[in-house]
Amino acid sequence: MLGLNKKDTRFLLIVVALTMATPILLQPFPEGSGLAQFNAGYPDLMQRFAIFGIFAIGFNILFGLTGYLSFGHAAFLGIGSYSVVWMYKLLDYNVIYGLPLAIVMSGIFALLIGYISLRRSGIYFSILTLAFAQMSFNLAYSVLTPITNGETGLQVYTNDPQVLLGATEPRSPHFFGIVMNNSSKVNVGDWVFTFNNGYYFCAVIAILAFYLSLRIFRSPFGLMLRAIKSNQQRLNYTGLNARPYTLAAFVISGMYAGLAGGLMASMDPLAGAERMQWTASGEVVLMTILGGVGTMMGPVLGAGVIKYMENIFSKINDQVLHGWFGWMPDGLEDFVIGISHFFVGKSWHLTSGLLFMIVVIFLPGGLVEGGQRIRAMFAKKRGDDDDDPKHQPKQAPHVAE
Amino acid sequence: MSNSNLTRRGVLKTGAIASAGFALPTIFTASSAAAYMNEPTGGSVTLGFNVPQTGPYADEGADELRAYQLAVEHLNGEGDGGMLNTFSSKELTGEGILGKKVEFVTGDTQTKSDAARASAKSMIEKDGAVMITGGSSSGVAIAVQGLCQEAGVIFMAGLTHSNDTTGKDKKANGFRHFFNAYMSGAALAPVLAARYGTDRKAYHLTADYTWGWTQEESIKAATEALGWETVNAVKTPLAATDFSSYITPVLQTDADVLVLNHYGGNMVNSLTNAVQFGLREKQVNGRNFEIVVPLFSRLMARGAGENIKGILGSTNWHWSLTDEGSQAFVKSFGTKYGFPPSQAAHTVYCQTLLYADACQRAGTFNPCGVVEALEGFEFDGLGNGKTTYRAEDHQCFKDVLVVKGKDNPTSEFDLLEVVEVTPVDQVTYDPEHPMFAGGNLGQCNAG
Repeated sequence: MLGLNKKDTRFLLIVVALTMATPILLQPFPEGSGLAQFNAGYPDLMQRFAIFGIFAIGFNILFGLTGYLSFGHAAFLGIGSYSVVWMYKLLDYNVIYGLPLAIVMSGIFALLIGYISLRRSGIYFSILTLAFAQMSFNLAYSVLTPITNGETGLQVYTNDPQVLLGATEPRSPHFFGIVMNNSSKVNVGDWVFTFNNGYYFCAVIAILAFYLSLRIFRSPFGLMLRAIKSNQQRLNYTGLNARPYTLAAFVISGMYAGLAGGLMASMDPLAGAERMQWTASGEVVLMTILGGVGTMMGPVLGAGVIKYMENIFSKINDQVLHGWFGWMPDGLEDFVIGISHFFVGKSWHLTSGLLFMIVVIFLPGGLVEGGQRIRAMFAKKRGDDDDDPKHQPKQAPHVAE
Repeated sequence: MSNSNLTRRGVLKTGAIASAGFALPTIFTASSAAAYMNEPTGGSVTLGFNVPQTGPYADEGADELRAYQLAVEHLNGEGDGGMLNTFSSKELTGEGILGKKVEFVTGDTQTKSDAARASAKSMIEKDGAVMITGGSSSGVAIAVQGLCQEAGVIFMAGLTHSNDTTGKDKKANGFRHFFNAYMSGAALAPVLAARYGTDRKAYHLTADYTWGWTQEESIKAATEALGWETVNAVKTPLAATDFSSYITPVLQTDADVLVLNHYGGNMVNSLTNAVQFGLREKQVNGRNFEIVVPLFSRLMARGAGENIKGILGSTNWHWSLTDEGSQAFVKSFGTKYGFPPSQAAHTVYCQTLLYADACQRAGTFNPCGVVEALEGFEFDGLGNGKTTYRAEDHQCFKDVLVVKGKDNPTSEFDLLEVVEVTPVDQVTYDPEHPMFAGGNLGQCNAG
């Protein structure tokens, strides 16, 4: 179906089903129970899952296929956001104007940055992209304040032109009248499920982005990119110039990042410069490695895990811990809280760091490899082990090659 | 490259699953009957404390969180009541707010507007917070204020000093108790003129972002009005940790005052560099070279150590104040945590109390009711003397403290001494003052 083989079609359908059912899957605990803390099915986080999923999928086209590790992808995220917010300011709140512009603008910037950075490979390439991203961040943070509104972040004011704004039009981002912020809540017993317009909007785009990336992975172009990763020298000897291919991959992944940035501004009409900081670029690298470099599903998984930790673990404070462990005897309670204190709340970075270490050391292929191992275990028991849709190329030994 | 066989059965199956998936949201849509965003329905009300727990302002954030917890205790009738006893409005009785027990959720802003908005959103969408408060940076405060306006909850700003928070970025749902850059300038300038003379030449080093600029603009305007001359104003990158290259040019000019428009770690580093370069021993035209740090906090003073001695600056509140309210607050904070509170702790404690009191007086948690109750509200007994929440821009107007790094500190907390309490009239400005113009409160939004 859709130019995919049977396995890939099944894979795509599973992804579609999971994405559509996310509001239910992420809300496994009833409201009011102690575990409701771990529910993640609220609009903002679900939107982030989808958006950072797109960001990571795009990053994976460059990093996973060609092996070029870019440390500057956050710049495109920011460019996408600024484009969308500027369209709100000049035209109106319909995201239809901003999103294409976000993709085009980030594509142009990616072309420029890629053209220069791709003259080098390996660590030098990474440093060049990092330098460009930091430059963009500093420009956005102070020098270009008239365009970006600096530290405060670009937002829409009531005295902005908004020339297309109709009298009855919603005053927040919408897609032809479908307001992103609106949700319908469904009560099923003690469970509350929130179906948010913005999330479904992101989800549909994420599925399209996923499909496109799947096609790229399976195309001759994708094969060429993998050839670059496995041995660029050999490719050169055969008389092929790898630069146009790497540049194309860089621009495509830059456009994915721009789209993700544009979607962030579509969900929440503000573009902050921090979005372009090197930590944001590092985050997408972490997501991709955590999930599994070069796999289709890995980066999305990684994005989900990191965003989940950032938003859920960081909110578990001492008060919540006391609520959980209150049944223990006093001394023991203080001890347990003292220990867990280091892994939740403001120390959530420690937990994610540990998880990252464990994954990198024991599962170099990321969480996807973990999944495959578990599956292989069961498959062996059933005596049937060729049911493994290899969605990943063989791992290159070194991530920065 | 690849293909699959379409079978009738397969298409039907997927079609059925997909349509069921799409239809699901519309099957049991429950319309919510709440009158406003996150109306508290049970026996408790949830407030969201959104502070930096990691990043450059984590110290301030930690102190803010302590103060919030203290405020919640006092609102729920635990502890000694703190400033509830000295607060001029007597509506709050220690039985929560409107009879509902106060509960809270916390979040980490990471001093980034994106993270701050994500955290605030999860408080609103997931935890049902009816009010968000916090922020230890103007960028973050303005970003979250905008979010709260859109979402329809109240935002009580914490530590934010930029003019823009209640200037061009003011919002109907947002309120600020803390003072601002203009007030710092207006309070500091007369003291500077009195101590250092009216014919000084100032050299500014300014953190290169919005807050730094408004700070520089305010101080420049205030000092130039008194006869000072500005020799040069140099922007320094926010991420800079070594300011030597910015200090050396100062030595080559005839400037005799250095104004450091820096905050937090920036200020600690730039001040240390300036002292290392011997600026404090320098003589220009027979007069001592002076250094001024417009915005001071005790936490910064501790970071700067010895170097802070004798340096003038302004602050919103200091624990050594002897009025009844300040003493009550220092006492209950000190009893609980073992050290005196910072100005950040003080302002967020006040904000929580002010919000609770406004709900109580309005008889509702409805943001529009709360806005009405807070606009033009006059109060006393919260440590800053008589204070007004101005209706035009939701900024608190109160006395401003001019402080000096103490020459002989008696403890690690006793680092600042109050030089002068600048009366409120002197720091009041017109809501349409050029430094604040261009904003629009808009309508209160109840979600």
